[in-house]
Amino acid sequence: MRPIPRSLLGILLVIVALLAVFPQFVERYYVQLATKIIVMAIFAMSLDLLVGYTRLVSLGHAAFFGLAGYALAVLQRDLGLVSLWTTLPLTLVVCALAALLVGALAIRTSGIYFIMVTLAIAQMLYYFANDTKALGGSDGMFLATKPTAELFGVAIFDLKNRTTFYYFALAALVASFLVARMVLASLFGRAIDAVRCNEPRARALGFTTWHYKLAMFTIAGTVAGLAGYVGAAQDGIVNPAFLSWHQSGQALVIVILGGMGTLYGPVAGAFVLIVLEDVAAGITEHWLLFIGVFVIAVVLLLPRGIASLPLGDFAGRLFGRGARKRAAAEPGDD
Amino acid sequence: MDVSSFLVQSLNSVQYGFLLFLVASGLTLIFGILGVINLAHGSFFMIGAYLAHWLALKTGNLFVAIALALPLSFLLGLAVERLAIGFLYARDHLYQVLLTYGLILIFNELQRILWGNDVHGVPVPALLSASIPLTEAQSYPLYRFFISIACIGVAAAMYLVIHRTKLGMLIRAGAANREMVELLGFGVKRLYALVFALGAALTAFAGMLSAPVNSVYPGMGEHILIISFVVVVIGGLGSIQGAFVGAMLIGFVDTFGKVFLPEAASLSVYAFMAAVLLWRPQGLFGARPA
Repeated sequence: MRPIPRSLLGILLVIVALLAVFPQFVERYYVQLATKIIVMAIFAMSLDLLVGYTRLVSLGHAAFFGLAGYALAVLQRDLGLVSLWTTLPLTLVVCALAALLVGALAIRTSGIYFIMVTLAIAQMLYYFANDTKALGGSDGMFLATKPTAELFGVAIFDLKNRTTFYYFALAALVASFLVARMVLASLFGRAIDAVRCNEPRARALGFTTWHYKLAMFTIAGTVAGLAGYVGAAQDGIVNPAFLSWHQSGQALVIVILGGMGTLYGPVAGAFVLIVLEDVAAGITEHWLLFIGVFVIAVVLLLPRGIASLPLGDFAGRLFGRGARKRAAAEPGDD
Repeated sequence: MDVSSFLVQSLNSVQYGFLLFLVASGLTLIFGILGVINLAHGSFFMIGAYLAHWLALKTGNLFVAIALALPLSFLLGLAVERLAIGFLYARDHLYQVLLTYGLILIFNELQRILWGNDVHGVPVPALLSASIPLTEAQSYPLYRFFISIACIGVAAAMYLVIHRTKLGMLIRAGAANREMVELLGFGVKRLYALVFALGAALTAFAGMLSAPVNSVYPGMGEHILIISFVVVVIGGLGSIQGAFVGAMLIGFVDTFGKVFLPEAASLSVYAFMAAVLLWRPQGLFGARPA
């Protein structure tokens, strides 16, 4: 993994600081919109671990996003668990196990097959949720309450408050980012680099590449589960749309739009795409037409995403650091 | 299950299998020759069905509608290839997925603008509206036979074109070695455009045929797209033969799954795909990757 350029680090810290104070200055609607962006950012970041860092193009990543939502709903309704401290770890475990299982099957294939197989498996879950009465069918399931956060019987924060929830989501985003950075900086991350750059050679060096890919798939599925948990808790409902392939497709668009293999790129991508959708939806009910044109334009004109724009240079001038050293190479080349 | 209902379900399976074959063969042809994964393939199915519905309403005859809609969908395929897909031959599959995903959003929205969100039925042509009695209680709609026969006709024509004509020879050669065909002085660009448009027309034709049986509705393209992915994964990508076997298998698994396990009907085809993948990750007729 290549380190974040120092100039960009400055920008990132400024952005996080802005995000932290932002709810104090805007209307409630924008706090909710920002929470939605954060959820998509976590989700897209988890997909970036696969697409950008491992070169596994999954078109079924929504499977874990939706699964987390349904897991939370079922835990609440059938087991009566409402606490954040129990539902969140259990949901993540469910997602990790599911990702292990799906990965074990999907990673048997590669390239274009992998795309189709992940899509088909996610679609299977979609139809299962859609056709199962116990899961609410196409209506989905309501969450009776937000997860509670009590410590020794005292509520330390209240997720029913929208601003508190926003900070909760922001904390999840920062935590996901740091965990992903840690994973990528570890020896395991180096091995993943090797698998991506030249899998036959990594295999020749004695790495069981299959295991590395599966481990990464599991990690990515778990982080996607975190996004799904936060997303479902925010909406107070989980329905088959959480699992739909439009959710997966949207995440893939965000990863490319932001710039894959950067982790912070997908955050920028989520911001741009969700804001664009919000604006377009305010103008016309046929806003998806614009999104379609926008996606095609990005693919044709900006294939390496926002992160490839010379923001680093700009920031370098701003912070007076050696931005010229900005690594121009995309991760595939290191 | 008695013999006659078994027969009816088998006929349904074969008819569904044939329809899937038309869609999946277009998908596999486009991948095998152009090297492009086309998510918008299902959109052509939807467009075919909506064109059939709309033109049948205007002309009052499904056959006239199909005759008009076929060249339209071929031209649409040409336009899409020239304006969008053509830029992506050298690019990673990832970008092909995204671009064709964008196309789906556009086609779905255009469908909503042009024809609205309602489900429309398409009447079966009077000529084919009869049923063939099998036993005293069971009969089989003539129109479904017509679908199977039309598909067999198209499949046979496709086989002849690919194996017996100069165009087919070029298609096969282009799939095997694009540079060599170019070096020999053939315009691969035009060939690719033609193959893409033919694949689009093939799928649209399947949509037109199925319109009277399944009616037309928003989102129909995505459902068929994902099922044809399953077909292609099972059969092996790039293999027409594999597409045929995969389509028939899915036709039977889906139809009989609905009869025997109605509560798990939507899962049966995916479970079947998972089983095939465990056994042969490259599909039944796919070449083992190096």
